[in-house]
Amino acid sequence: MSTLIQTDRFALSETERSAIEHEMHHYEDPRAASIEALKIVQKARGWVPDGAADAIGAILGIPASDVEGVATFYSQIFRQPVGRHIIRVCDSMTCFIGGHESILDAIGQQLGIAPGQTTADGRFTLIPVCCLGNCDKAPALMIDDDTFGDVRADGVAALLEAYP
Amino acid sequence: MNQRILASLGPANRVARNEETHPLTWRLRDDGQPVWLDEYRQKNGYAAARKALGEMAQADIVQTVKESGLKGRGGAGFPTGVKWGLMPADESLNIRYLLCNADEMEPNTWKDRLLMEQLPHLLIEGMLISARALKAYRGYIFLRGEYVDAARNLNRAIEEAKAAGLLGHNILGSGFDFELFVHTGAGRYICGEETALINSLEGRRANPRAKPPFPAAVGVWGKPTCVNNVETLCNVPAIVGHGVNWYKSLARPGSEDMGTKLMGFSGKVKTPGIWELPFGITARELFEDYAGGMRDGYRLKCWQPGGAGTGFLLPEHLEAQMYAGGIAKVGTRMGTGLALAVDHTINMVSLLRNMEEFFARESCGWCTPCRDGLPWSVKLLRALERGQGRPKDIETLLHLVDFLGPGRTFCAHAPGAVEPLGSAVKYFRDEFEAGVAPVPAASPTSQPAVIGQ
Repeated sequence: MSTLIQTDRFALSETERSAIEHEMHHYEDPRAASIEALKIVQKARGWVPDGAADAIGAILGIPASDVEGVATFYSQIFRQPVGRHIIRVCDSMTCFIGGHESILDAIGQQLGIAPGQTTADGRFTLIPVCCLGNCDKAPALMIDDDTFGDVRADGVAALLEAYP
Repeated sequence: MNQRILASLGPANRVARNEETHPLTWRLRDDGQPVWLDEYRQKNGYAAARKALGEMAQADIVQTVKESGLKGRGGAGFPTGVKWGLMPADESLNIRYLLCNADEMEPNTWKDRLLMEQLPHLLIEGMLISARALKAYRGYIFLRGEYVDAARNLNRAIEEAKAAGLLGHNILGSGFDFELFVHTGAGRYICGEETALINSLEGRRANPRAKPPFPAAVGVWGKPTCVNNVETLCNVPAIVGHGVNWYKSLARPGSEDMGTKLMGFSGKVKTPGIWELPFGITARELFEDYAGGMRDGYRLKCWQPGGAGTGFLLPEHLEAQMYAGGIAKVGTRMGTGLALAVDHTINMVSLLRNMEEFFARESCGWCTPCRDGLPWSVKLLRALERGQGRPKDIETLLHLVDFLGPGRTFCAHAPGAVEPLGSAVKYFRDEFEAGVAPVPAASPTSQPAVIGQ
């Protein structure tokens, strides 16, 4: 069998399926739960494998291509494997003035990755993000769900240590 | 309950405040912890909702908001009462939605975060009263995914409100039903455009829609829909509670806009932050009295009045009054009212390169001028930043400012992207010219060979 076609190997877990079905009831039309469904899969698996579009489309009653179209539009849906922890560095002009490029450099030196890349050990993925709304404490970044402000290049190593 | 420090704790929590002058922020706690239902009620919370649902006809609420002069706080400044008045009068169209635009992603904007993290019930009360006025039976708060603390606090507050009979069926015995959900997004700045937001809520790619039809006629799931910003909705309880005359007395003389506004200053100022201030204060008061002026060693080079999509202004423009018309007089828009100081160490070409990279990345790709024009501007700015620009690059940038301007594109994304670019070239043209590579002296071999003469 070809290894290129993975769709029939993907199956939603019972937890994922029931979470998606629960979300559908918050909207007039099941399609509206497509973004939330992708986030449910991503929460469980870290990213959204190809086959998820078919499985989600089947539950919501919409074409897989529509789910795929949504999955590729939104920047916080990951279509390839990512690290255990996501580092989001704010690249707004406020953080630019605050020196966010030096933070990116420090992370790059510490971990050996550029924006869009994942460390070889699968620990961190680094991505840029739109203004985090922490502008009085620029430069700002998020690691997973935690927001940090007034970040200094020489403090990056200590920040990362808390995320094994 | 954990006592984690919220990112929005700041100067707005520390300045002297009272109910008469700070309708949005007077309930904030000094410690920056969220104001939950019991405390919110002790501080007069839901009194305006009681009045609106118990004593006022739906049309009276709309009329009150119209007369108050409240304008949208998301950046565009459209009169809220007029927007509400666009909802169809036809009673048979009885499925209507109220959407709260909480997709706060405008660079240098962190005001809605403050309201949602610390005063979730103020937004719920504002939405409840507004839903009653608009006859909406269901509301969604469209919240950006990165605001995890806001999501948690809003969801907890909604549960509290449901348990207290402030959301759900027959609210406060009025016979009015309203349910409210938090919908979290998955990234993309364009979701803040109201028709793109509707597409996103429906589970589609967030491309803006053609207008007309406007959302008031054909909105989410084809039904009449009103989309209002968080801060706009948070103004509604005080307007209904204390009346139009009080609200109109808040702004400073000379201001055409009414009420208060969350204003801020960031950049290398002494005390960056947000404060609730009356419309019509001068930008200089905001900059010097509240933000404390520039930090030692930094000089103010220019500033932006309210977000990435507003133009740059010079230090002399600090005399302008902070309201839509006051900022328009000096050549740009007030936007969100959260200003950014650019200091003398910042090169404008590099700053604009950063900004246009953002706008190019966040273009939804729907219309050609935006999809192709913004990356073109990035390419030119990167070349100028490296000192490898060509002589005509500045002219090309100015052409793009024109070609991507208001009315030339499908939505306001590209016009917002080129407004700061146009003003930066206007005020700091020499910095752009410095990026043009010197023309090498023509060598004989650079001439085309002429054959056959």
